[in-house]
Amino acid sequence: MLDLRQYPSLGAALRDALEHWPNETCLIEADRDKEKTRLTYSDFKELARPLTRALQDADFREGDRAAIIMSNQSKWLVSAYAVFFCGGVLVPLDFKLTAAEHLQLLAHSKAKFLIVEYYLWRAIMQSPEFKKHGVKTVLVTEAPLRADLGGAYRWEDFHRKGDPIFIDRQREDVACIVYSSGTGGSPKGCVLTHENYLEQCTSLTAWYPFWPGVRYLSILPTNHAIDFMVGFIGPFVCGACVVHLRTLRPEYVRDAFVRYRISYMSLVPMVLKNLERGLRAKFDELPSRKRFMLNRLIALNKMLTRRRPNVKLSRRLLGQVHKAFGGQLLALFTGGAFMEPSTLQFFYDLGIPVANGYGLTEAGTALTLNDFKPFRADTVGRPLPGVELRVLSPDSEGVGEVAVHSKTVMSHYLDDPELTAETIVDGWLLTGDLGRFDSTGHLQLFGRKKNMIVTEGGKNIYPEDIETVFDGVSVKEYCVFAANYVWPLKQLGNELLFIVLRLETNQQFDAALLEDLTTRNRRLPDFKRVGGYLVWPKDFPRTASLKIKRATLAEEIGKTTDRAAIIQL
Amino acid sequence: MMTTEEQTLNEILTLAAQHFKVSRDKLRPDEDFFKTLNIDSLQALDLLTRLENHFHVEMPDYELQGVTDFRTLASRIQARL
Repeated sequence: MLDLRQYPSLGAALRDALEHWPNETCLIEADRDKEKTRLTYSDFKELARPLTRALQDADFREGDRAAIIMSNQSKWLVSAYAVFFCGGVLVPLDFKLTAAEHLQLLAHSKAKFLIVEYYLWRAIMQSPEFKKHGVKTVLVTEAPLRADLGGAYRWEDFHRKGDPIFIDRQREDVACIVYSSGTGGSPKGCVLTHENYLEQCTSLTAWYPFWPGVRYLSILPTNHAIDFMVGFIGPFVCGACVVHLRTLRPEYVRDAFVRYRISYMSLVPMVLKNLERGLRAKFDELPSRKRFMLNRLIALNKMLTRRRPNVKLSRRLLGQVHKAFGGQLLALFTGGAFMEPSTLQFFYDLGIPVANGYGLTEAGTALTLNDFKPFRADTVGRPLPGVELRVLSPDSEGVGEVAVHSKTVMSHYLDDPELTAETIVDGWLLTGDLGRFDSTGHLQLFGRKKNMIVTEGGKNIYPEDIETVFDGVSVKEYCVFAANYVWPLKQLGNELLFIVLRLETNQQFDAALLEDLTTRNRRLPDFKRVGGYLVWPKDFPRTASLKIKRATLAEEIGKTTDRAAIIQL
Repeated sequence: MMTTEEQTLNEILTLAAQHFKVSRDKLRPDEDFFKTLNIDSLQALDLLTRLENHFHVEMPDYELQGVTDFRTLASRIQARL
């Protein structure tokens, strides 16, 4: 691994990585069962060189911002490398947002360049807001031959001969602007520095090292903080290989483990649960004698790995299970959303450790991670090296808001000094998450102070971001809440958004209103939808400027109504 | 003979009922299938693979993005037949 302490920027570290392991494979891209790309570090450098030079010739300069909107694929990494080489700032946007949301974030970030996949660009071009996009140069990948690109360039043709000039940055310079939320109201752009990422990479690889020959299966989009770190920066500065799979279809994910003999993979709870479901179904199909034997072997493995994992031993005991995962798997990483302890335990008992962690965009990738000394399914692990965590104002059970002090904490929110001042106080980032440390130093989370949910797909959804879809609904007023914010559970999971409706005087909740709510709700992506509604008998409390006092309303609802009163939508 | 969109829709409903082991009568063309079937997006992708094999078409994952009812799904598949 490169000694990242000696590097001032991601660009410098990545540049040296390409020189350091020229013949190692760094990137494989597969779509279903077809391999589309395989690059060594040297190939990667050659592929990035003409793009980087063309960016510089197109006046992309130090500190300029370039957004990437792409699904999981190799051109994401090549483009990001080129941006860092030029000393630019990367704005990784979630490709699953709508075109209108993309345009809003492009405007907010003031991105000068945009690198985007064709089908996403097509949607952006069709948006009524398209003409306001303000991006100077757009590069579109994988466009059909005669497609109308609306003045954009083809990524594949955006080449210039000659060597680009490497522009270095300092550790405190901005590396990325990452949006944690806020497409509906005011976008929250987390400004992360080169130091944030270099420090995060150092601490993560101290616990989970990569080396040449290690293969990381990437199915999360690279705009996701976890994949950006463990599916790009981490493997590259260690000479390892990233395998991009351009589909999330479970059968091909399972196939990729075997085909590419995967060592590590990050996943969100939904994918892990899917793998669990598949395995359980296979186990259930076994004849009773084989099933009995399997259960005995699982019990033996569980006993022998009680104190720490022993992957080699587990592979011998449960060979068929490990074979289905390629036989080289060292660990899976998960985080970003609540993971059922029973699922984590299920995999651990099979000898497949799942390193469950906790982090937030504002603080880089991960703050805590399970170190398996011993495995604790009920916690999100211990603080990573260099991360200080505190529990503020703990209650009688030791539960309070988690605050973090670390070199991985973002510099500030873009163009929002007020929010920055509320969030980072005396050098401590207030996470809004509620937790406590147990006697062994493991962090347990118990919910959050924030009005938001985190989906099983690892996405943060803020009610304010989805309320606009209900604009014009025929009620006096409405407001969306996270149920766990209104009725704190003191545990994670059971996430639900619901809409509170205040009807007009003499108005009845009728079929037409239900139909209207349902139709509007379905305009939202499935992971952003509200799950139920509640009719509230009083006017909403409001500030002098007529904004709804959300916290006051939530408190009143929580005190006087039961969660069971929410009617499914 | 060309398959009509209505025929495609009917075949999808039958295949979905078989795939998720539910009664065909439970499935409605315009209802939110995530809710009716209580499935997540990965399970929906699994169904899409089955539909691809049946209709002999290939659809990228993103074609399913934003699709929540069988009628829209049928029109996306029909467009590729």
